[in-house]
Amino acid sequence: MSITAPTNNPDARTTTSAVTVDGVSRVFAARKGDGVTALDSVSLTVAPGEFVSLIGPSGCGKSTLLRLIADLDMPTSGSIEVFGKPARQARIDQDYGIAFQQAGLLPWRTVAGNIELPLELHGLGKVARRARVAELIELVGLSDFARHYPDQLSGGMQQRVAIARSLAESPSLLLMDEPFGALDEMTRERMQNELVRICAETKAAVVFVTHSIPEAVFLSDRVVVMSPRPGRIRSIVDVGLGDMSNRGEDLREDENFFRGLSQVRDLLHGDESAGRPPGARGVETR
Amino acid sequence: MTQLSPAHRARFGLSARWRGTIFGVLGVVTIALIWELYKFLGPADGVIIGTLTVLPRTSDLAMPHLATMLARLFEPVTGAAIAVPLWQAVAEASLFTLGIASVGWLVGVTVGMILALLMQRFRLVESMILPWIILSQTVPLIAIAPLVRRWGAQINIGEFSWESWMSVALIASYLAFFPVSIGALRGLGAPDANHVDLMRCYSVGWWKTLWRLRLPASVSYLLPALRLAAVSAVIGSVVAEVSIGLRGGIGRLIVEYAGSSGGDPGKPWAPIFGSILVGLVAAGFVGLIGLFLRRFRRGESPA
Repeated sequence: MSITAPTNNPDARTTTSAVTVDGVSRVFAARKGDGVTALDSVSLTVAPGEFVSLIGPSGCGKSTLLRLIADLDMPTSGSIEVFGKPARQARIDQDYGIAFQQAGLLPWRTVAGNIELPLELHGLGKVARRARVAELIELVGLSDFARHYPDQLSGGMQQRVAIARSLAESPSLLLMDEPFGALDEMTRERMQNELVRICAETKAAVVFVTHSIPEAVFLSDRVVVMSPRPGRIRSIVDVGLGDMSNRGEDLREDENFFRGLSQVRDLLHGDESAGRPPGARGVETR
Repeated sequence: MTQLSPAHRARFGLSARWRGTIFGVLGVVTIALIWELYKFLGPADGVIIGTLTVLPRTSDLAMPHLATMLARLFEPVTGAAIAVPLWQAVAEASLFTLGIASVGWLVGVTVGMILALLMQRFRLVESMILPWIILSQTVPLIAIAPLVRRWGAQINIGEFSWESWMSVALIASYLAFFPVSIGALRGLGAPDANHVDLMRCYSVGWWKTLWRLRLPASVSYLLPALRLAAVSAVIGSVVAEVSIGLRGGIGRLIVEYAGSSGGDPGKPWAPIFGSILVGLVAAGFVGLIGLFLRRFRRGESPA
């Protein structure tokens, strides 16, 4: 296994999309009444190697959508396919890697032990495991900390371990639920730069849930703006800031970056202007 | 999150441990001092309010000097020529009781773990047996001891026949399984939702999740439960020895020596010290287990 050539579905990337969400709704049963509609007929397609952010206020169902793609939850109606397979099969086949807002490291395992957890669970041999872990630790720049335990690391370092773990099996799809949400602004920007670099190296598709407009614009090829109650896709912004490998710190000063920012911000703030025709929902604007 | 250098951490850990030891010794010394002080200052007939004795008499018979208790340990058990020193008799009885308590502890821990695993795995089992587990501890030991002995006496399978010590061990396990089943159930349910989700993402089954996640995460709940179980097993053994009438253990000695308090006030204290010692050894053994499982207790606030 190598970092640059994902092994899962090598031919899928030319033929099928990474994620296909088709008319998905999710209603959480409530004790009284009709229940809460977290997602209402959402449709979305993510191309192989594409970076897509889901952004929106709390309660817009962005995390729910991610959990549905990960098959941690089942849609009430509609279908979800990952690399042309039902989400459940994709989970069983380990087609995606996942990272949560909490790093979620096992406190009794070292950095190396945490990264190798998925490899170990899926029965990879010890030698292969060690080689792969060394690669990944290098990738996230924690070579000096392989033998450290999570409680000896800062929040940013823990999150880097979690990202390395999500990349362990070279997935062609990364699902990330506000992975930098708990970090301070400076650490956050550094982690974003690193994620851009890692994505350029791994060429994996990413579905990225975030609260932060600059984060979404900086990282993504497309930003999916969602609105709450019921959770719907308001609009999809094609940021078009170019290839991952060319994105650097100076992009944050770029004119296109600011244009993307204000575009997403306007769409988000459109929340308050009630009575908007719902025609744009689930449809790409460009 | 603050980072401590290993050296700093070690120094801090050491001083904390020393402080614990010092306070422990101080506690024992304080109790000894209070005993002797009251014996010295208190009225000979004790403190009596109305007809109620609130504090005991301070005579040498009722409250022997600590020195008397200790000295008595090194005198022979009885006046007979072949009698061994008292401490030796108590030590042998302590070992005997410790052995039975260990068997009871092992059985109790096994049963407790199995129950906890079943309850964790099947919600239905939890709602079915959890009330019974709690109810089981309301039955007084004295009531079940004769029952256990009577049932045991009827077991006779080939070479195997039920012996009295097994009844005692069974009663010890009856006390020991309770904290383990409750503690393990808490512990097995302790992992973050995050971690459980992660295991589901890895699409690993219940057993692997148990081994890689739930058991390691339960250690910090399990260790106090195991220690409680160890102490319960010792108490259970001592009490059951008395109510079943098994000879050779500490429980029997406590009853036997209590009779000689009239003329030999230091003697009844020897088996009491013995049972304390057994309890300490049992708890210490669990502490030793905890030492081996230290890795799984990271992030636990220092106890």
